[in-house]
Amino acid sequence: MLSGFFRGLGSYFLFLGAVFRRPESWREYFKSFFREVDLLGMSSIPLVVFISLFMGAVLTIQTAINLDDPFIPDLYIGVAVREGILLEFAPTIVSLILAGKVGSNISSSLGTMRVTEQMDALQVMGINPASYLVLPKIGASLLFFPILVIFSIFMGLLGGYLAGDWLHLVNPDNFLMGYFDEFQPYYVVYALTKTVVFAFIISSISAWYGYYVKGGAVEVGKASTKAVVAMSFSIILFNYILTDVMLQ
Amino acid sequence: MIEVRGIKKAFGDQEVLKGIDMDLKPGQCNLIIGSSGSGKTVMLKSIVGLIQPDAGQVLLDGRDWTAMKERDRKVLRQEMGMVFQGSALFTSLSVEDNVRFPLDFFSTMSASEKDQRVAFCLDRVRIPQSALAKNPAELSGGMQKRVAIARAIVLNPKYLFCDEPNSGLDPETSIVIDQLIQEITHEFGMTTVVNTHDMNSVLEIGDHVVLMRHGYKVWEGAGPDILQSTDQEVVDYVFRSALFKKVRAALK
Repeated sequence: MLSGFFRGLGSYFLFLGAVFRRPESWREYFKSFFREVDLLGMSSIPLVVFISLFMGAVLTIQTAINLDDPFIPDLYIGVAVREGILLEFAPTIVSLILAGKVGSNISSSLGTMRVTEQMDALQVMGINPASYLVLPKIGASLLFFPILVIFSIFMGLLGGYLAGDWLHLVNPDNFLMGYFDEFQPYYVVYALTKTVVFAFIISSISAWYGYYVKGGAVEVGKASTKAVVAMSFSIILFNYILTDVMLQ
Repeated sequence: MIEVRGIKKAFGDQEVLKGIDMDLKPGQCNLIIGSSGSGKTVMLKSIVGLIQPDAGQVLLDGRDWTAMKERDRKVLRQEMGMVFQGSALFTSLSVEDNVRFPLDFFSTMSASEKDQRVAFCLDRVRIPQSALAKNPAELSGGMQKRVAIARAIVLNPKYLFCDEPNSGLDPETSIVIDQLIQEITHEFGMTTVVNTHDMNSVLEIGDHVVLMRHGYKVWEGAGPDILQSTDQEVVDYVFRSALFKKVRAALK
């Protein structure tokens, strides 16, 4: 089992070596990059908005219920909600959700291209399929995931505020003050650093699983499932490592 | 001329190609035939460089393709076009964009010149204007094969490779595809290599035929001459083929 893991790891790094090669045509790669931004990034906005709004709302309700004490001002509920969304919910939970949506999309689309010989067709033309198909996906993910997470942070804070106000759980003015109280900009750097690492994990691991599919449609589905599991493990593991390194 | 010299390939313990030599003639339809498992697909993929052979050489007009560095291979690949068994059209692109794709990558043509070239190739394979904006999945199998041929010839290649171009097609459409490949080969003076197990193709378009069996070359010659061969393995293959099965059935 361990030798299988190391063989897989070696294959993954060799794959990355093939991905980061000089493009045959920068213009075509850029065209592909913008297609991927639309496909992987823009199409994820509604999902991120929906999840973030309700995530913020739930976080406010849970925090308000647990800090329901006359000696704890509403300001601290706002602080807790802000830190929760900024440090963990927006970067990590949204990345896990994107691993399911974007990661499985990358894995299955590349797997389908492999089993239908579209990658062979690229290779015969003299185009490096690993680079042409994967590099724009990695680039689009690295660029757009942080934008999605920033979006998620604002939507989460908005959802938290609206829930607190509508359900009369907090004093809205005091709660809002908590959003700004002792705000540390470094936490934004931490959140975005995590997001960039997760974006690379999602796009490269899912691509690796899809790229080496052998067989037919059933194997494409299996590869997609394996990719989501591997991405989830990796995200949780790197979440711990980055938190330890950046916040200790 | 494509010269194949002593090509060997094994997958694990299984030896698929056992030292094959063949000369594939310029400006002709060269057919590699054989039953399933004879090694003809591995042979074709070794010639186009999708599989690296364990030993032997492939010479493309005297240039040692197997020993070339990847950078030089990329340049030479622009002289190749290939039609895959399942067409391998890009499903994310329209029919027109599929054919334009190699031009966008490798041609220095202006946009209008590219338009003209794409229109010419699609017209040559008789794809109607109404199909240009469609997704390849919306086309019939025969039309997909014709679009694949158009994409393969758009860079005006010297070598055209076709892996079982009649696979999954009805007999009538198979004949149309065969004729198209033959016409294009002679019209543009390409060296065409077709992988097939269809005896109709052998008799219709086989300018030069190589029969493979169990990883060996069994017979080589002009298409119709295969019927005159007295070699037992050749006779067995021809007699077992679908065409003759039907003839035998009809004669009963």
